[in-house]
Amino acid sequence: MSQTSALPRQEGLEEHSDRAAKIEVEDLSFYYGRFQALKDVNLTIRERQITALIGPSGCGKSTFLRALNRMNDIIDGARTEGRVRLDSEDIYARDVDVVALRQRVGMVFQRPNPFPMSVFDNVAYGPRIHGLAGGGELEDLVEQSLKRAALWDEVKDKLRDSAFALSGGQQQRLCISRLLAVDPEVVLMDEPCSALDPLSTLRIEELMHELQQSYTIVIVTHNMQQAARVSQETGFFLNGELVEVGPSPRMFTDPEDKRTEGYITGRFG
Amino acid sequence: MSRRQTQKPGLRHLRRKAANSMMWLLAGACVLAAILPLGLVLYYVIAQGAAGINLDFFTKLPKPIGEPGGGMANAIVGSLILIGLASLVGLPIGILGGIYLAEFGNNRFAWGIRFFADVLNGVPSIVIGIFIWAMVVVPAQRLSGLAGGAALGVMMVPTVMRTTEELVRLVPMSLREASLSLGATHWRTVFKVVLVAAKGGVVTGVLLAVARIAGEAAPLLLTAGSTAFWSTRIDQPMPSLPVQIFTYAIQPYEDWHRQAWAAALVLVTLVLILSVAARYATRGRFRMVR
Repeated sequence: MSQTSALPRQEGLEEHSDRAAKIEVEDLSFYYGRFQALKDVNLTIRERQITALIGPSGCGKSTFLRALNRMNDIIDGARTEGRVRLDSEDIYARDVDVVALRQRVGMVFQRPNPFPMSVFDNVAYGPRIHGLAGGGELEDLVEQSLKRAALWDEVKDKLRDSAFALSGGQQQRLCISRLLAVDPEVVLMDEPCSALDPLSTLRIEELMHELQQSYTIVIVTHNMQQAARVSQETGFFLNGELVEVGPSPRMFTDPEDKRTEGYITGRFG
Repeated sequence: MSRRQTQKPGLRHLRRKAANSMMWLLAGACVLAAILPLGLVLYYVIAQGAAGINLDFFTKLPKPIGEPGGGMANAIVGSLILIGLASLVGLPIGILGGIYLAEFGNNRFAWGIRFFADVLNGVPSIVIGIFIWAMVVVPAQRLSGLAGGAALGVMMVPTVMRTTEELVRLVPMSLREASLSLGATHWRTVFKVVLVAAKGGVVTGVLLAVARIAGEAAPLLLTAGSTAFWSTRIDQPMPSLPVQIFTYAIQPYEDWHRQAWAAALVLVTLVLILSVAARYATRGRFRMVR
């Protein structure tokens, strides 16, 4: 496991803009009933890098994240306007299969939420429902997924045990391997470390660094140091608006907008 | 600055201590008052029923009036069949209905269902017996196990439906979201994740319903009837322990009274065994940590 990945990385600052666009968000507005939670958000998320979204509580960053795989659909009285393109295709178009979309754009939640099943069955859940593998193939896939989430060595003797027997940090990595088992293209993380201790947080961050080689990652975080450590690009949300977006090192040293500066220097938030 | 009294027990301290002890005593007395009748019933049933329990009771058919001995083997088997039939009717409707109410129950239709389920829960069991009598027994011109099972099944539905709904609602939203975000459909999420998480509670609801119907005599008098012979055909009248208890208890024969007590003991034990067995069969290996 990489020892330095948790430190702020200065190398490769300029690469970010070379990456192709994975998700393009145009004029996205979102309403909970009459309350407008997102206001004309425009943002391009580039592939195989980490985009961090920061901002005070209730600023809409989680709502934005959930708009990217249409998890907001399950909320009563919610309304979405604007376009979200995944590989140039609008995911809010009429003929889009939401189930297939969510297989491509997976999500890791704030609190670890393993299913009430064994460790093995948790990881095998996705492949089973999508008919991706069976028998020995499934066992290989589960092992691969647990290895990619750096959890295999800790649980290889406990595959039949309840997932609730694992520690919080292990549960969160289990949720990540459960997601990797369906082979998504984009991984959305909604404050994945906020319920974890610092050591578990470090491990998740190291894991994210590994995962960005193959996946496009969007992370919502309250922790600005974390955003600075892990991400290439950072977007700052305030009151439903995307105030500013740019390369992370610049965002945290030389933000263009006064409000961003106020937030990152701790004047509010 | 007023010093807190920690060494010398002041008057306030004594009063608080007394109030504390008083409340403990009161709560304890209430618990005792609640379990005393239960204990007495159990004691009485065991004391009175044990005398009638022997091998014949479980293996023999009832003897005609006047002849001593005989057993209730047919009623024990009949009760088990009736409970099975009732579960076949009541559990699928109750559990699926409960899932519907919990997952899609934000509309007027569901509100209506909920209301009628609560009303049905309060309908006296004899009324349900009359209803099934009119709907099944009269057209068929025959009392039958099927009719008895239907009556008991109808009685199970509201209990099972409402407990399933409550328990499915308790399953955290985050579990549903986890499943949906993996690309699972709603129904798969419900059956593979939500129901698994709610299993323990749903089983408790089912057991409560079974325990309730197992002791019902009134609806069976009008639907399943009774017979002194073996009856395993569900289109024929079917004997059951509660009806047998009723029939025997109102007769003036000492011997029959003893048998009725024995039947009561067997009924209580049967419900207990069913509860323990169902709990064991569905024990949660993957208990949720809340």
